[in-house]
Amino acid sequence: MKRKLVVIGNGMAGARVVEEILKRDPNKFKITMFGAEPYGNYNRILLSNVLNQTQEPQEIFINPLSWYQENDITLHAGVKVIDIDRERKKVEGLKLSKADVAYKDQVPLSEEDVVKESYDDLIIATGSRPFVPPIEGTELKGVFLFRTIDDCHQIAAYAKHCQKAVVIGGGLLGLEAARGLMTHNVEVCVIEAAPQLMPAQLDLEAAQILKRSMEAMGLRVFTGVVTSKLVGENGQVTSLLFKDGSTLEADMVVISAGIRPITELAFKCGLNVNKGIICDDQMKTTDLNIFSVGECVEHRGVIYGLVEPIWQQARVLADVITEVNPKSTYEGSRTGTKLKVMGVELVSMGEKNSNDLNDEIIVYRDPHRSIYKKLIVRHNKIHGGILLGDIESSDSLMQYFMSDLDVPENRTEILFGAVSGTSLVDVSTLPENAQICNCNGVCKKEIVSAIKDQNCISVSAVGSKTKAGKGCGSCRGLIAQIIEATVGKVSYDASEHFYVPGIALEKSQLVREIQDKQLKSVSAVFKELADGKEDADSKAGLASLLKTVWPDAYEDERDARFINDRVHANIQKDGTFSVVPRIYAGVTTPDELMRIAQAAVKYQVKMVKITGGQRIDLLGVKKEDLPKIWKDLGMPSGHAYTKAFRTCKSCVGTDFCRYGVGDSIGLAQQIEYRFQGIESPHKMKLATAGCPRNCSEAYVKDIGAVAIEGGKWEIYVGGAAGATVRKGDLLCTVDSHEDVLKHIGRFIQYYREHAKYLERTYGFVERIGIDLLKGILIEDSLGICAQLDAAIQRAVEAYKDPWQEADIPAYDHQFSGPQLIQVIHEVNNNG
Amino acid sequence: MTKQTIINLGAIEDIPLGQGRCFIVQNDEIAVFRSRSQAIFAIENRCPHRRGLLAEGIMGNDKVVCPLHGHKFDLATGKGSEGMECVRTFKVWQENGQILLEYPIAINVEKKCEDHYAEIVLSANSKIYYREERK
Repeated sequence: MKRKLVVIGNGMAGARVVEEILKRDPNKFKITMFGAEPYGNYNRILLSNVLNQTQEPQEIFINPLSWYQENDITLHAGVKVIDIDRERKKVEGLKLSKADVAYKDQVPLSEEDVVKESYDDLIIATGSRPFVPPIEGTELKGVFLFRTIDDCHQIAAYAKHCQKAVVIGGGLLGLEAARGLMTHNVEVCVIEAAPQLMPAQLDLEAAQILKRSMEAMGLRVFTGVVTSKLVGENGQVTSLLFKDGSTLEADMVVISAGIRPITELAFKCGLNVNKGIICDDQMKTTDLNIFSVGECVEHRGVIYGLVEPIWQQARVLADVITEVNPKSTYEGSRTGTKLKVMGVELVSMGEKNSNDLNDEIIVYRDPHRSIYKKLIVRHNKIHGGILLGDIESSDSLMQYFMSDLDVPENRTEILFGAVSGTSLVDVSTLPENAQICNCNGVCKKEIVSAIKDQNCISVSAVGSKTKAGKGCGSCRGLIAQIIEATVGKVSYDASEHFYVPGIALEKSQLVREIQDKQLKSVSAVFKELADGKEDADSKAGLASLLKTVWPDAYEDERDARFINDRVHANIQKDGTFSVVPRIYAGVTTPDELMRIAQAAVKYQVKMVKITGGQRIDLLGVKKEDLPKIWKDLGMPSGHAYTKAFRTCKSCVGTDFCRYGVGDSIGLAQQIEYRFQGIESPHKMKLATAGCPRNCSEAYVKDIGAVAIEGGKWEIYVGGAAGATVRKGDLLCTVDSHEDVLKHIGRFIQYYREHAKYLERTYGFVERIGIDLLKGILIEDSLGICAQLDAAIQRAVEAYKDPWQEADIPAYDHQFSGPQLIQVIHEVNNNG
Repeated sequence: MTKQTIINLGAIEDIPLGQGRCFIVQNDEIAVFRSRSQAIFAIENRCPHRRGLLAEGIMGNDKVVCPLHGHKFDLATGKGSEGMECVRTFKVWQENGQILLEYPIAINVEKKCEDHYAEIVLSANSKIYYREERK
């Protein structure tokens, strides 16, 4: 017969432990769960997303109610256990009325609806509750805690009628709550009693940088301020009174000052309880049949509030209780936290401050970009670490910390990696013929030979010798590692920062020279800035830049262009071309389709393909046929061959879709008419989505506009779904199509002016940072918005459909194919 | 049997400045380039890597970049940037605005030629010259 297992607590820990048990032995137990909240269990970590409405409550549920049925689990949702009878092995629960908050310790008793269950084994996973500091007035209307989905709903509803919200608590949860509140159009102020934000994760210096970043986003922050009283009028909160006598007005207050384990139940039935419920290494309490797991547990004196240690506990508990591995033990966790606070990424592990004079302390500061990195190394191991603003090296740092490994001799490597994108793969263990560059098929031994025999000791030198790292670039970190392993250290070419290899200037310097010297053609640039030495690899980049600098006065030299841009079609491996007519927003007509079909037949195209950008691609057209097919098509160029605005795909939006909340087709057409053919450092693929279901994949486009309820559009930038996959960052939310066009134009122009050649928007946005971009493009922190708007307008006005060259070629023989020279064998002998 | 022959490929202006063009002579595709400094070069048209059309490549500093995968070739020597890759080169020059190419033409008609040059008229604006190598 099955043993009866009762689990008290249906939060993340309780549900996880049940999953782990079912995984090991689905038939051992008849499981009953009690959850005080009237739901299945959900991912509490994502609560702030519910508060700021980026996620719906149902999206954060981990197990739907059907999961309990499928696994034959009896779930008493909305039932709070009030008593454990250890002698009779019974628990007793009471149904909560809807109004009762799940984690309150005082529950009004009603003798009806008592739920009784008996058990053979019991797991206590009661978790924790918000800590409410001893402040007067917390019962006032407008004062909230932040812990459950219901809290989120209540906070959101109340915020509608408020102007000023105060969050008490500047820890992780407090800042999360503040982030959520800011989306409700209230002024938000965070009060922290400690002298700094996030005292559990950061040292003072990092906290100050974080504070500045938060303030730059419009949050007010007061640290070292202790609240003594919440003052109200007519039972409603109106202000806060602080210990120093000062006051602050507030329409609502959210208290988020940490959490405390819920232990009363365990204490009442006589289990050993200190700060948390004391458990041994097998997650057993002092009663052999009662286990405990999660935030309510105190293990070896430590209480964990992060998921990773709790998952470990759940695994050990499941091993032991199912007897799959009765000797399994949990020995505590070394954990780091990696999180994102209001868009600022940070990683923290171990100690925040050194208390030993023998510690090595390595600190990197970049105040301008709000980056701070600190390592405390003790006995050659990571004792503590903080990364703020740039967490690229966090994976390897965590690895060193959690596995307690000796750190590399060169400490800076742990802070920065050898080159961005360094992976943890140990190159020395890779076989000689392991393929390093998957784009160009270069294996390790070729790279090693370039390093040893050709003395290539920089990533770019290896690249120009072997082509490794010249494709998508994701293997550049590995190449750096190989160089390091072979010759000891990697050198950096200054040329890596040049805009183009043939001219020794960075982009900003180059632009200044071009403007000062009025250089309007590629050959003029070579003449003035490179002693007349033309570099083939630099020509296309310069042509693109000049077109940006001089939209209407650029002197177009076609030899500086890549073949695709000379003939406005994309060269294929067999030397033929592909032809993609512009189909604005992916919306076409039967008439256009007929012309496309007729042209495809007439020019015997080898394939007709629907592209990822909602276009029709005619593949296998001969160069000399290009002008003819364009004329037959009678449609403008779709620019599917060049570094420019490519396409704006769309979903069917409000015209037909029953979910659409915004006119995505209309907007996409406006975008495409406006920005078609605008050249840029790399291609730009756009999309508009009529609702956040994202059918047109706007979140992963270079620029995406997503309609949200209320007639608004969110603009995302820097998305990618190629060799790199990245969700775009939210640049801004606007109210009208005009504003979408304005902000997209501004971003495009800034990207055109500041990105390196061939740098896609995802790399650019990551390099500059979305917060800085918001400052520059939305808040106009540099005062250049008007200038950007005017510049993009000039570029728009300078647009000409390149397929017009079908009628008037740009130069003789633009579309000429190979010329056949007839050789006649008879010789007219004049001797 | 082949004979080094001088072939007129037409007017220099028929190659756009700073670009290449492909001429087909017998069984060979030959890419002829005209640099902005008016130097001319002739190499075989197909990249040894994946048969990319070198005539469509960007040229600069007497090199051409294959449009398919960026392999580079020295226009004067044919030497490639990747390992042992290289392309054939042909002697080419201009005379009176005409491009002249020296090409080992396949000949099966035996003809004795006393002069260095003999002229074959092909059409009004295209001429073929041939030259017999002296032993």
